[in-house]
Amino acid sequence: MALKTEEMVLNMGPQHPSTHGVLRLELILEGEIIQKVTPHIGYLHRCFEKHTEAMTYPQVVPYTDRMDYLSSMYNEFGYAVAVEKLCGIEVPERVEYIRVIMGEFQRIASHLVAIGTYGIDIGAFTPFLYCFRDRETILNLFEITCGARLMYNYIWPGGVSHDLHPDFIRLAKEFIPYFRKTIDELNNLLSYNKIFIERTANVGILPKETAINFGITGPMLRASGFKWDIRKDDPYSVYNKFDFNIPVGQGLVGTVGDSWDRYYVRVLEMEESCKIIEQALEQIPEGDVSSAIPKRIKPPVGQVYGRVENPRGELGYFIISNGGTSPFRIKVRGPSFVNLSIIDELCRGYMIADVITILGTTDIVLGEVDR
Amino acid sequence: MKTVEEIFELIKNKFPEAVFNLINTQPLDSYIEVSPLEVDKITFFLRDTEELLFDSLVLLSGVDDANGETKKDEDGGITITGGTLSVYYHLESTSLRHKVVLKASTPREKPEVVSVTEVWRCADWHEREAFDMVGIVFLNHPDLRRILLPYDWTAGYPLRKDYRNPEFYNGMKVPY
Repeated sequence: MALKTEEMVLNMGPQHPSTHGVLRLELILEGEIIQKVTPHIGYLHRCFEKHTEAMTYPQVVPYTDRMDYLSSMYNEFGYAVAVEKLCGIEVPERVEYIRVIMGEFQRIASHLVAIGTYGIDIGAFTPFLYCFRDRETILNLFEITCGARLMYNYIWPGGVSHDLHPDFIRLAKEFIPYFRKTIDELNNLLSYNKIFIERTANVGILPKETAINFGITGPMLRASGFKWDIRKDDPYSVYNKFDFNIPVGQGLVGTVGDSWDRYYVRVLEMEESCKIIEQALEQIPEGDVSSAIPKRIKPPVGQVYGRVENPRGELGYFIISNGGTSPFRIKVRGPSFVNLSIIDELCRGYMIADVITILGTTDIVLGEVDR
Repeated sequence: MKTVEEIFELIKNKFPEAVFNLINTQPLDSYIEVSPLEVDKITFFLRDTEELLFDSLVLLSGVDDANGETKKDEDGGITITGGTLSVYYHLESTSLRHKVVLKASTPREKPEVVSVTEVWRCADWHEREAFDMVGIVFLNHPDLRRILLPYDWTAGYPLRKDYRNPEFYNGMKVPY
């Protein structure tokens, strides 16, 4: 007589520590093998898009901070790029350099959180402390610039709220060589750790074609071996003035597009961000940072899609204007939202423990998924 | 790399009945108006034709155009009758580096658009969001459920311009 078997439903979340926020995954299991993953999102939903319709354009900026709270600078950056495109505002060059410096520091800070918490997910606690120690230094730099450590309200359409602190450039220049050494330290601690590689290599392989069809962007797409970065492929701000590489996944310890590649692309990107910051600190011109900030924003009738390369992928703002002082409709293309939608495809056929491995490499921020 | 005009010519010749106008608003984004019930055929053509190759759906957004008749009610809210709801598709080709925006408008009273989930898998969640927030029904969608709002939400579609906050949610008074 054959044993009677049936599928089991397991709820992971909304309070599961590895979900990085409030996300519920409904797993359908055959033994320990994943048959299907259904993500249930919306626990943090506050309808950002409805809020914006009742506000003027500059008032929207603090709300964008609160979407992806680990890369607030970049959210503001994207919004400023979109509004400037809509109104045809020319921004002083110094402002563009400040934005790039802040954006790249934010990318490093965000990747440090991604890498640190990923280590914890896998069971390595120490790298987390190293990552947060260095992130702290970056947050201090943000604090002397605009007074805030997490929600900056710094980059406004047309400019930035404050000029750089007199000490900023010196402190930033000191940080880069110090940080380069800690990347090596991190690699020795985590990246080439045998246990870590065993857990992540050949897990959750994402082929390039599937990734494009799912609209995946950012480090996740690049880990699949596809060189696509909006900073290079559709340059905005002053990114075309810098010399930097786009790291892609190469399958060094497993297959191209596996979890280890997705992790390692982020490590390599931190080095590229350092390169950009170094060049920007050398080239930054003098000038006024608030001369182009309009007193009142009243864009023409029309629609525009402005996008930037956020630490997680393509962040886009689709703004429709009806000629009034508040937007008619703002729709956000959040990279976390799109990147999370592939989780079912990636997890099928793997074990329960691998769900944590795969989810960690998608590096989602639920504040942006739910908006 | 093709301009919007060339892309418009190509699909207009292929689907003369389903492709309407090119709305050119340079320097802002231009868009092509298409029929909501044929949008799947058009997007398949856009994705698979050798000179177009739109392999990536960047963004799909549902919008309330609020172009119907607006009536002010006594409680301060508004009611809109007639007019259209629209879906915008932002497409991009990663190999040929060109972009295009499509717009499909559908009547407010019976908002139906054909799903493009078979063309791009990422349309799945985007369409669920448009259904959840604006109330556009996507025909042939494999799993059209609410996504951001609770599954038992009955107070309507928040991103419609005539949406009103509910007084009660599950028996609890909503404080304002």
